Amino acid sequence: METISPSHYLFLALCLFSIGFFGVLLRRNILLLLMSLELMLNGINLALVTFSRTSLNLDGSIFVFFIMTVAAAEVAVGLALLVALYKKRQSVFSEDMNLVSN
Amino acid sequence: MNLVDILFYLFATLSLGGGILMVCSKHPVSAAMFMIISLVGVASLFVLLEAFFLAVLQILVYAGAVMVLFLFIIMLVDVGPNAGKTSKMKLISGLAGAFLISLLIVSFLIIVQSSGWIGGGANWSPIIEGAEPVIGDNLSFSTSVKSFGYGLMTKYMLPLQISGFLLLAAMVGVIVLSKKEEQDTN
Repeated sequence: METISPSHYLFLALCLFSIGFFGVLLRRNILLLLMSLELMLNGINLALVTFSRTSLNLDGSIFVFFIMTVAAAEVAVGLALLVALYKKRQSVFSEDMNLVSN
Repeated sequence: MNLVDILFYLFATLSLGGGILMVCSKHPVSAAMFMIISLVGVASLFVLLEAFFLAVLQILVYAGAVMVLFLFIIMLVDVGPNAGKTSKMKLISGLAGAFLISLLIVSFLIIVQSSGWIGGGANWSPIIEGAEPVIGDNLSFSTSVKSFGYGLMTKYMLPLQISGFLLLAAMVGVIVLSKKEEQDTN
């Protein structure tokens, strides 16, 4: 009898999501911001795999597959935006992305 | 305490510790290294959940491709001495984050309570292996890659093609984004 229940995994997924969320809120470096986004997506992936394993249904795992695809595309576009910002403003901080406010 | 429990706590510590150190680290390169540790921890948890294919994908796509891309960009841009700056509106965003996280925790507790999972009530039902997939049936959880591919090619055919198109769009977008700046400088 294992003592690790699905709620342990869900709580871990919640913790990963929260850490990533605070990273997105509190950091200004866009590189770290994107990495924190990845951490949030990882927490969601872990929760989905847990649900998929618990209910013996493959749909959740296939969702994880699609989330990984979207995350890879998102990182590629985000980093291209970062390089474009760096070429224009010589900075990687999110407060320098202010074309509208001034 | 059996082996699976010890492994769970080990990998949970690995992923959580990597995540916390990633968010708190001053330099982006060390942040990327801690992120790789965290991703490997999550991949090991996938192995513990018997999703072997997803664990391999996690290592290949995240720890392999995405983090190498991150490291390339970190080396490409010069971050400067004050790379570890935190947000100006630290208090407001911290409070907003704490509020949203507490909402999340409450909904988590409600879900766990209503599903009767508190106190290890949920059981890991054993995986049925060797069952051939039938058209029209629910896709049942399996460790084999074959059932994964079957699900992708039947029930999830349209999402698969859409995600392929999304990758194409992302590729074109990245090329356009990095080409436009060169024309501006000329």
